[in-house]
Amino acid sequence: MTNLTTTAARDRTTVPGDGVPAGRGPGADGAPFTELPRLMGLMTGDEKHGPAATSTLDALWVLYDRVLRVSPATAGDPGRDRFLLSKGHGPMAYYAVLAAKGFFPAAWLPGFGGYDSPLGHHPDRLLVPGVEIGSGSLGHGLPLAVGTALGLRAQGRTEPAVWVLIGDAELDEGSNHEALAYAGAAGLERLHTLVIDNSSATHGWRGGIASRFEAAGWSVTTVDGRDHQALHDAFTAPHPGRPHAVIARVEPKGA
Amino acid sequence: MDTMRERFASVTSGLLEEDPRLAVVLADIGTAGFAEAAQRHPDRVVNVGIREQLLIGVGGGLALTGLRPILHTFASFLVERPFEQVKLDFGHQGVGGVLVSAGASYDWPSGGFTHMAPGDIALLDTLDGWTVHVPGHPDEAGTLLRHAAAAGDDKVYVRLSVQANAAPRTVDGAGFLTLREGRAGVVIAVGPMLDNVLAATEGLDVTVLYATTVRPFDAAALRAAAGAAEAADVVIVEPYLAGTSTRSAGEALEDRPHRLLGLGVGRQELRRYGQIDEHLAAHGLDPQGLRERIAGFVRGRS
Repeated sequence: MTNLTTTAARDRTTVPGDGVPAGRGPGADGAPFTELPRLMGLMTGDEKHGPAATSTLDALWVLYDRVLRVSPATAGDPGRDRFLLSKGHGPMAYYAVLAAKGFFPAAWLPGFGGYDSPLGHHPDRLLVPGVEIGSGSLGHGLPLAVGTALGLRAQGRTEPAVWVLIGDAELDEGSNHEALAYAGAAGLERLHTLVIDNSSATHGWRGGIASRFEAAGWSVTTVDGRDHQALHDAFTAPHPGRPHAVIARVEPKGA
Repeated sequence: MDTMRERFASVTSGLLEEDPRLAVVLADIGTAGFAEAAQRHPDRVVNVGIREQLLIGVGGGLALTGLRPILHTFASFLVERPFEQVKLDFGHQGVGGVLVSAGASYDWPSGGFTHMAPGDIALLDTLDGWTVHVPGHPDEAGTLLRHAAAAGDDKVYVRLSVQANAAPRTVDGAGFLTLREGRAGVVIAVGPMLDNVLAATEGLDVTVLYATTVRPFDAAALRAAAGAAEAADVVIVEPYLAGTSTRSAGEALEDRPHRLLGLGVGRQELRRYGQIDEHLAAHGLDPQGLRERIAGFVRGRS
């Protein structure tokens, strides 16, 4: 692994709370953002999901590099932030980011999808360090995230943030609408949904995706999903008393 | 006598006081029984509204944070409608929880087939590692619910019903009980089927085993009972889909010649309303129907 660039190190955010620092901190053996294409290139065999993989790359990087308070050392800490990848197909960017941050060795990447590899075309939480849920079947992550937020709250853990990433087409699943409506009504402030919008939903959403969340009482920000600063600003926007959704727009699938 | 569902609410409300790890999730069904518990523990008694997929997903999420979720609604909506959530949000995530159903196969016959779930346990049988309790009396329901809540991170299904036997038995959350011994065959009565089975086998020279925990299946008890009988002729009487447990019984007896008869609810939709007794008779699960099938099967041994 190459050393952190000074830019990446400067970008890190330290969140006061229960002692879990954001990112890995300067001097850790993480890789910079510029290493991700090479890491993704080590994975072959799931080309059909290429657009799904690259659509999430920038948003995942900004989350893991600057926002989430979780690292390999704290991956089992009950006070860590949780990131749930609901859109489990096309996980190459996710694996690349986790490898760059040291959750598992980059040497695992070339085995992607193989019988002896822990890295499948859909991630399995029991096989991959740092992976919070096994996913791939659409529409499970947001309900699981609601339960995770409720479970942390019931244990008095008000600090950890719960993040779940879904795709715009995944939002078609009815289970997501059950979760979206409930979370808004219940005011689950520690719940955050990141929607990667690459215009892949078959029928789209009249009024836009943000309107669905707004109608359910969420705080919502729509941003350019390739603009790291805009993503960071959206991820860290205050949203007292409400769950927060970030709609990250990227180039349309197939464009 | 209260019903199994009423017992569920009272026992579980008490357990919430004792065990901070427990949390109850409801979907607008059974909320009245938990009204007081919800006031005392608003973070651990959650009603998600009429959202059954979310009900299961929330349970999986609670378990991911280390809590032990107890989820309740009618069997049709708990197991059948969100079945993929049950499969993935518990088993695939490697976490556990307790599903507690009501409604059973025809607890509300005049409600019709939309509220009947005779296939719930056959469906769960496609998944690995679920413990299944089928109490036959509210007292047994209380005992089995306590076992389920205390079962670490196990995946447990508790099937409650308004069908019940007149008297409770002492159940342990694991094995079958031997209630009668005979030589001509073995009859396993599951949960609420016991009273009818005892009436149906009156005077027959058969062993009667009582099963309130059907998964894992008590193979040792069946093997012992079948070994004591002259032949391994086994009848299983279940209050859900006929034949659900014949695979388990067959595995228990795979090293010896045996015959199996699975009695239970028929696969064909009856399309009748009415009363529970009328449905029991229609499926041959009343004492008379059971006696004909059991006596014929045991006598038919050559």
